[in-house]
Amino acid sequence: MTDYQEYLDFLCSALESQNKKNIPLNENTALVADIGLSSLEVMEYIEKIEDHFDISIPLNILPDVNTIGELAHKVKELNL
Amino acid sequence: MLFDKFQDMADFQAELAQRQVTPFGAVTEKILSATEGIVEGRQVILAGTNNYLGLSYDPRCIKAAQDAAQQWGTGTTGSRLANGSFAEHQALESEIAAFYGLDHAIVFSTGYAATMGMCATLAGPGDVILMDADSHASIYSGVKQSGAEIIRFKHSNPEDLAKRMRRLGDRAGQALIIAEGIYSMLGDVAPLQEIAAIKREYGGYLLLDEAHSMGALGDTGRGAAQAAGVEADVDFTVGTFSKSLGSIGGFCVSRHAELEAIRFCISAYIFTASSSPSIIASTREALRIIGQEPERRTRLWDNANRLYQGLKSLGLAVGPTASPVVAVEMVDRSQTIDCWKALLEAGVYVNLVIPPASPSTNFLLRNSVSAAHSSEQIDTIIAAYAGLRDTGLLPVSQDS
Repeated sequence: MTDYQEYLDFLCSALESQNKKNIPLNENTALVADIGLSSLEVMEYIEKIEDHFDISIPLNILPDVNTIGELAHKVKELNL
Repeated sequence: MLFDKFQDMADFQAELAQRQVTPFGAVTEKILSATEGIVEGRQVILAGTNNYLGLSYDPRCIKAAQDAAQQWGTGTTGSRLANGSFAEHQALESEIAAFYGLDHAIVFSTGYAATMGMCATLAGPGDVILMDADSHASIYSGVKQSGAEIIRFKHSNPEDLAKRMRRLGDRAGQALIIAEGIYSMLGDVAPLQEIAAIKREYGGYLLLDEAHSMGALGDTGRGAAQAAGVEADVDFTVGTFSKSLGSIGGFCVSRHAELEAIRFCISAYIFTASSSPSIIASTREALRIIGQEPERRTRLWDNANRLYQGLKSLGLAVGPTASPVVAVEMVDRSQTIDCWKALLEAGVYVNLVIPPASPSTNFLLRNSVSAAHSSEQIDTIIAAYAGLRDTGLLPVSQDS
């Protein structure tokens, strides 16, 4: 079973190409407020994660997700 | 502050006012025909009205509405569940069901209410919805209310839908798949044969929104599912009366007898007044006309092809295939607004579409074609775009 840190590592690495401000990426980094992702870019990022873990991430969970860490926890729950 | 979130929109409105442009809510001061009107003080060709079959100004529909207003009054003053079910509403339900060759139909007061209401009600907590990523706002609004798990699949991408159905495992058999016939912004048609095949493989239910394809596609105008030969795979068809039928209202038809029970669970049906009898009467007449005058569909597609080819030959960034909706995609917001204004000044009214109403970060000059347009009017529209291109206001596509 993949642990939280592995999810976090992948989620950070998958964001590198969209990290136009080159800010440090960690579990506290906010996808919109810090990195400045648009809604379209968020969905592109989500698709990358979905394909990597072969899961579907429901839209319902997104309002509760602000940071990479919060998303990593959600992905871990979905992939159990 | 409560109003802070509206500041960007207020700023945008101020910018438009400063530039003396009114793309949103441009006032039509007079209607001259199905394809001409006075908009913002100018006589224009109406090329952004979704009046696909040109029936909004048909004398037979107008007469039907006048007679119904005389007989039934101006409004029902109540919902369908209270005092608002007149014989006219029931007759239209029978006729729209018969038009689709089905037994069950619900008539709603708007197309938005029909789509939003069905999407909000069919699936609930514990259920799962797979919806096309470029779905109309009424679908997004409905699924959000449903309480179901909402999963998007890539726009018109059967492989992505299949992948997500596979991931659902045993739950796929109960999933609700939502797609549209013709997508309203770019005019592209859904790959319904492939979507239907996936539904046959994995199970589930299919709700299809034919708002922009009813009247425009299919041998008898039933829409994209008829054109694709997959009507038997569609569980629920929703649509509108406000486009090809030239009035206002919406519907859902289904082969499932359960629709009669579902009817009494849809808030958007229960808690709103029913359509005025005059609207229902003109809709009934329009439905009769499209059954009897298939040549309207032929003229619509002749015009659609003429406009599409004309704009494409100018080098503009139009979609991959001809459609009753022909959108020119642009990257720069300010430039798109200038083009919209210049088109109006050249005597052509089109729709300006900005994100998030457009399916990407691009801006659209959205044209919708009517069977009632003359070839000369289509050529005038093309000439107006050519004028924009020649003055450098409208960029040509890099692909051209």
